[in-house]
Amino acid sequence: MNQPREQEVPPRLALAHISKSFPGVKANDDISLSVRPGEIHALLGENGAGKSTLVKIIYGVQQADEGSIHWNGEPAAIPSPKAARKLGIGMVFQHFSLFDAMTVIENIALGLDEAVDREELKRRVAAILQSYSLPLDPEREVHTLSVGERQRIEIVRCLLQKPKLLIMDEPTSVLTPQEVERLFETLRQIAAEGCSILYISHKLHEIKALCDSATILRGGRVVATCDPKVETTKRMAELMIGAELRKIEHGKAAGGGAVRLEVKGLSLPGEPPFGTALDNVSFEARAGEILGIAGVAGNGQAELLTALSGEQLAAAPEAIRLDCKAIGLEGAGARRALGLACVPEERNGHAAVPDFSLADNGVLTARHRLPLAPHGFISRGAVRRFADGVIKLFDVRTTGNAALARSLSGGNLQKFIMGREIGQQPAVLVVSQPTWGVDAGAAAAIRQELVDLAAKGSAVVVISQDLDELLELADRLCVINEGRLSAPRPVASLGIDEIGLMMGGIHGAEEPVHA
Amino acid sequence: MTTAMLVSILMTLIAASTPLLLASLGELVAEKAGVLNLGVEGMMLCGAVAGFAVAFSTGSTGFGLVAAAFAGVAAAMIFAVLALSLMANQVATGLALTIFGIGTSSLIGAGFVGRTVTRLQPVFPAALSEHPLLRVIFGHDILVYLSLALVAAVSFFLRRTRPGLILRAVGENDASAHAIGYPVIAIRYAAVAFGGALAGLGGAYFSLALTPMWADRLTAGRGWIALALVVFSAWKPGRLLLGAYLFGAVMTLELQAKAAGVSWLAPEVLAMAPYLATIAVLTMMSLGRRTGRLDAPACLGKPFSAT
Repeated sequence: MNQPREQEVPPRLALAHISKSFPGVKANDDISLSVRPGEIHALLGENGAGKSTLVKIIYGVQQADEGSIHWNGEPAAIPSPKAARKLGIGMVFQHFSLFDAMTVIENIALGLDEAVDREELKRRVAAILQSYSLPLDPEREVHTLSVGERQRIEIVRCLLQKPKLLIMDEPTSVLTPQEVERLFETLRQIAAEGCSILYISHKLHEIKALCDSATILRGGRVVATCDPKVETTKRMAELMIGAELRKIEHGKAAGGGAVRLEVKGLSLPGEPPFGTALDNVSFEARAGEILGIAGVAGNGQAELLTALSGEQLAAAPEAIRLDCKAIGLEGAGARRALGLACVPEERNGHAAVPDFSLADNGVLTARHRLPLAPHGFISRGAVRRFADGVIKLFDVRTTGNAALARSLSGGNLQKFIMGREIGQQPAVLVVSQPTWGVDAGAAAAIRQELVDLAAKGSAVVVISQDLDELLELADRLCVINEGRLSAPRPVASLGIDEIGLMMGGIHGAEEPVHA
Repeated sequence: MTTAMLVSILMTLIAASTPLLLASLGELVAEKAGVLNLGVEGMMLCGAVAGFAVAFSTGSTGFGLVAAAFAGVAAAMIFAVLALSLMANQVATGLALTIFGIGTSSLIGAGFVGRTVTRLQPVFPAALSEHPLLRVIFGHDILVYLSLALVAAVSFFLRRTRPGLILRAVGENDASAHAIGYPVIAIRYAAVAFGGALAGLGGAYFSLALTPMWADRLTAGRGWIALALVVFSAWKPGRLLLGAYLFGAVMTLELQAKAAGVSWLAPEVLAMAPYLATIAVLTMMSLGRRTGRLDAPACLGKPFSAT
């Protein structure tokens, strides 16, 4: 990786003065950067900093308004992704462009520009899987695979084209620590073979561990180019966010309160076709504490949330107790009225109705505890005041309470939804993936709200795949794996390796296992 | 029951099933590409009237068939422009297309009511096509054989060819297909056009083969049955063949029962039988498979815009 910096070798990719505007926003403003052959180059920035737009321009999905692109020293036009691939640019998307109902090999075939005989393709895929030691069954249907396996499909798809530049867009957002380590090994091997890698992320420790140089974006402009191995994490974070980092302030004396939510022996069949059954899940959440539930996606988190929210009823009323009251057979509305609020992972479509205004979305859950619809008639004034209050208090960037939920960015909608629930002063708040896809500033605000809510005596349950977040927030942590929940342990006593292994399903393993 | 009767029943069955098979096969391809075109009935009527008018004025059923296919495509293109390019709601646009097709066919057909054309002739020479037994196999017109060949061709196309794979990909996940670089809208246009052509031919089967005489609303709601067949067949061409022929069979039995004067069943119940039987059998086939939700193309009916 640390190749001699020969001046006569032109950069693999050089961008000069790239600008791109969308109605109302300048997404990229005079961006220049260059990537050497075999270099792993980080593109660092918050959500909305312009990373995605820049990458789309490089991959030919969008066209720059101004500026030029040089490829191996030659001026290049990239009018389409096909043209990009022809040059030798491959891209692994953050949200995989995969087809769930199709097999791995079919998905790979779709990613190729020319038709390849099925048997020939199988041979070539097998060769790549072997040379990079990637475990993947080409005949499986994609919906049966883990996120890490799905990502491997995308990587294999790119490697088949023998790329000269591989773009990785937030590749680790949903991987376990072990999967991340394995991905890094693969990427290092790819780079060592001479392929440049443009690595997009906002996770600083990953960039420090992996990348040779970094370009930091903020508000569509390049704010710095640095060597991440030399630069401090704190400095890079401040450059990225553009302000001094805000630390989460924990109110002390956590965890000593009365039991507010008690779940005992909760079992639930998984929803066909791909659900995970909950198997004898038991835990309790106390006033003033944040209980973290870690785990890789698809291990029963969605089922646990629907069981707690009341979308799925338990077998017996005693399976779930809220402030000592058995509520296992109460529906979602009744549970909300009693003070159990839930925020599911999917914002548009589950937590909020995309085509409803924020005000109307506020009524949908808050009417149980707040007088928004007395006697069944909606009080428009009260509803608007409630929505305005949430928007103001939680700094939701929007045109007002009449804005449609779908018009908000993920982070802003999440802030509104969290505010809507917290504004009801719930006894227990269960929230799944509270900061998924949310930029760092908004994520910090949301986490602070969770901490504050707990400090006021509510119990907070955070279900998340983001270990950093859980380690930062939670007082106690348990892991959900294949529908079973481990015993909670104080966060202070846990190492990240241990949690990672628990998430991967290797309970109590003594040594780290690498495949 | 004599052999002659059995042969005659089979002939009726195959004839009754063919327009359904054609129209539903076309719709299957459109839906596999993610487009829900509820205007099948309208496209069939457009094909029926265009086929009849051209066959009547030129005296050639061959020209009539070509015209019917083009009329179906033309009607489908109206839908495509509205629903794909302008992103109108597909359900509403499809329903409007049906109403449009009913009206247009009535208007054009007004001067043809009661007129007749030469019926579509069997493909094979009389020695085979009028043989008392072999006519079950050789006694049919071109569209019967075409529809069967198309079932095999579409099945092969979707499962085994690269363009078929791409078409399915567009229906499964339009955003991903676009991200990879496939022309989602163009592929959907092509699929809708194919659906229109087959619906047009299916409609023409009524006016040129089944009853070679023009009457208003000749297709009698078969377009809706074709739509239902696509769903019940779980978007699989082989099952579509089964469903269409099953519907044709029970419909034929119903006619036979009426002719034989079965009195213990109300005629309304007999009229319901094809619908009930088709639904019952295809529902039973769908039971026991837990992947039910995956059968429908994931992006079916969703408008797509490249941003």
